[in-house]
Amino acid sequence: MTARNRTLVLLAALVVLAAVAVASVLHASARADRRNQTQTGGPRVTPGRVTLTGSGRMVFRNMAWGPHRDELTSVPAKDPSGPRTASGVKCLRFYAASGTGVCLRAVHGPVSDTYRAVILDASLHERAHYDVPGIPSRARISPGGRYAAWTAFVGGDSYAGTNFSTRTAIVDTRTGELTPSLEAYRIVKDGRTYHAADVNFWGVTFAPDDRTFYATLGTRGTTYLIRGDLRARTVTTLHTNVECPSLSPDGTRIAFKKRAPGLPKDAPWRLYVMDLRTLRETPLAEYRSVDDQAVWRDDHTLVYALPGDYGADLYTVPADGRGEPRRISTAAVSPAYLR
Amino acid sequence: MYVADSRAGSPRLSASLEQGGHPSAPVSADGAARPRTGRRLSAVAPTVLALGAVSLVTDVSSEMVTAVLPLYLVAGLGLSPLGFGLLDGIYNGFSALVRLAGGHLADRGGGRHKWVAGIGYGVSALCKPLLLVAHTLTPIGLILAADRTGKGLRTAPRDALISLSSTAENRGRAFGVHRAMDTAGALLGPLVAFLILRATVDGYDAVFTVSFCVAVAGVLVLVLFVPGGGQAHEAGDGTRPTLRAALALLRRRDLRRITVCALLLGLATVGDSFVYLLLQRRLGVPDRWFALLPLGTAAAFLLLAVPLGRLADRVGRWRTFLAGHGALLLAYALLLTAGHSAALPYAVLALHGGFYAATDGVLMAAASDGVPRELRSSGLALVQTAQALARFACSLGFGAAWTVWGDRTALTVSTVALAVCAAFSSTLRPNGTDTLRPEGTT
Repeated sequence: MTARNRTLVLLAALVVLAAVAVASVLHASARADRRNQTQTGGPRVTPGRVTLTGSGRMVFRNMAWGPHRDELTSVPAKDPSGPRTASGVKCLRFYAASGTGVCLRAVHGPVSDTYRAVILDASLHERAHYDVPGIPSRARISPGGRYAAWTAFVGGDSYAGTNFSTRTAIVDTRTGELTPSLEAYRIVKDGRTYHAADVNFWGVTFAPDDRTFYATLGTRGTTYLIRGDLRARTVTTLHTNVECPSLSPDGTRIAFKKRAPGLPKDAPWRLYVMDLRTLRETPLAEYRSVDDQAVWRDDHTLVYALPGDYGADLYTVPADGRGEPRRISTAAVSPAYLR
Repeated sequence: MYVADSRAGSPRLSASLEQGGHPSAPVSADGAARPRTGRRLSAVAPTVLALGAVSLVTDVSSEMVTAVLPLYLVAGLGLSPLGFGLLDGIYNGFSALVRLAGGHLADRGGGRHKWVAGIGYGVSALCKPLLLVAHTLTPIGLILAADRTGKGLRTAPRDALISLSSTAENRGRAFGVHRAMDTAGALLGPLVAFLILRATVDGYDAVFTVSFCVAVAGVLVLVLFVPGGGQAHEAGDGTRPTLRAALALLRRRDLRRITVCALLLGLATVGDSFVYLLLQRRLGVPDRWFALLPLGTAAAFLLLAVPLGRLADRVGRWRTFLAGHGALLLAYALLLTAGHSAALPYAVLALHGGFYAATDGVLMAAASDGVPRELRSSGLALVQTAQALARFACSLGFGAAWTVWGDRTALTVSTVALAVCAAFSSTLRPNGTDTLRPEGTT
């Protein structure tokens, strides 16, 4: 083949490839229009005032298609599938307690997206914000509303890198003091100080005393439930195979996801509740793999998200292992109950 | 810097293609016969520029995927990718075997470098559309492993092609140009992916499709513009490229010494992700910069690859290679100071990128001198594999040392080990002369 012919072949191929590439981008961008149209049969969403005070309401990220997609919305806790009131505030992940909210959101920059944790007051106004170094995953506020914590995934940085790590930050919203990574805390494992390069923390849950918290520590392929001390800046391992703990309102039990034996690698988790005094574990009546940090609706009921047609749906299951799971809301994620 | 150069070089690319039209035209001699009095890239063979273009385009394609993968897994598919990398250890061993096999296969049958490299690029390209249909961690992990298998397969034949298309006098520069183009692609890929995500909603499918189209373009450039076969047999010393001959390469003193040095120095080369972690922990680099740290290394690599490749041709590849490890040693030392000066992270990243620029392509250029043409690909694969396995062992060791002693002590041990290995390597220079200097200049 002459050079001229080679060049012609290449040019012809490039035209075809470019057409395919452009078509795929156009197809994906047309999705934006579809998602801005309200789905028939979906939940009714109307704009209105959403606050983090008062009780008997559930605030969450609305994932239903339409103009209020991804906004914080509220529904009566007793009627979670009822009409939604949309706030206009967009978040990827959210939690709230005692009039303080934490909203993890994307910030669109010129050459890349970054993420930010925004502390919200009771009227959903921004009080402070902090940089989040990766893709937001979990968010929590302490029961009294003083401390906020969030977890982000930080991706691999090598060719087709498959190593991921997590960063978990805690902030005192009263003083603004930020601990960007829990890795700064001293780890006490089996009574001794523990160091490792592969330490990861995720899924913080706070006790009401403004000092104690629980979280997951992952290292060397094992996950541990840890109890943290905000004043002493230490974390102590308590138990193995516990992820994304969630402390019950009465402070006696932890709901968590556990890698149960014999499950496929892609869906390895079951929901459990553990009594913190006896460390006795109770499997819950949800037989699907749950990858979420569950929320306690009250001392007897858990709420969690499972993948759904529009991202995620919310389900509820009794905390004592009896009963059965029930879907309470479609196209919703990151619920917080206002008490 | 490189972009302008490559543009200046492109008329030559097309000029040489006319010659490439005659199957008998000896491409490597073509590079050597070119008068070397011209501007900077004048001595770089068109095949090297074509391979550089292939690498650039392929890196755009693969880095697009790498850049969106975490977001795709977490936000797009709702998966928890922690522990996703647990099989990396097993995979590294397999990847080493693939690399050796690729190197050897390319040498057999009188030089099938182009076709073995082409299969490698092709496998990686075919992995991209598969990502569109895989929605759980295990298949995605397998696709990424196949993608990297393609990379393992093509690396040695491609480097052998670069080596065979350049002369002993300009080999450092040829590898420098190639590595600069390769790195430019790696820097562009994430940008392209981001622009697509910005223009779409959850446009991961578009990113994978575009990545596939770009990868196919890379394969086409290879097939159309890289001459295949036959080069290895010109002016070789008649060694038949059998498996036994490939293994016997280690009996050649020069190659053995280079392999041993690459292995030793690799054992003291802390993995990139550790370097970035240390930058953050010891020099207080804020979290929000974390994702940008690899770009710092890549930018320095891109800027320095050509100048250091040229330097290697002039003052000796061995010296440049050792000096590169000196830069790494300095980077470790800066990390050990744990100072909080604002300039320190930049200095570490510049040294880290400089280390790659002075060692990555330069090592291949250096190793080329000790390997006959018929076995070039096998020989380069041998050196690369020794280095890759040593670096992997170092990562395991470093992680363990961190667990037992903490990051500071682990880094101190690595620094001392690197200094000792570098000192030892510098004594391995045969007969006190720089034998890795281009032939005919010693």
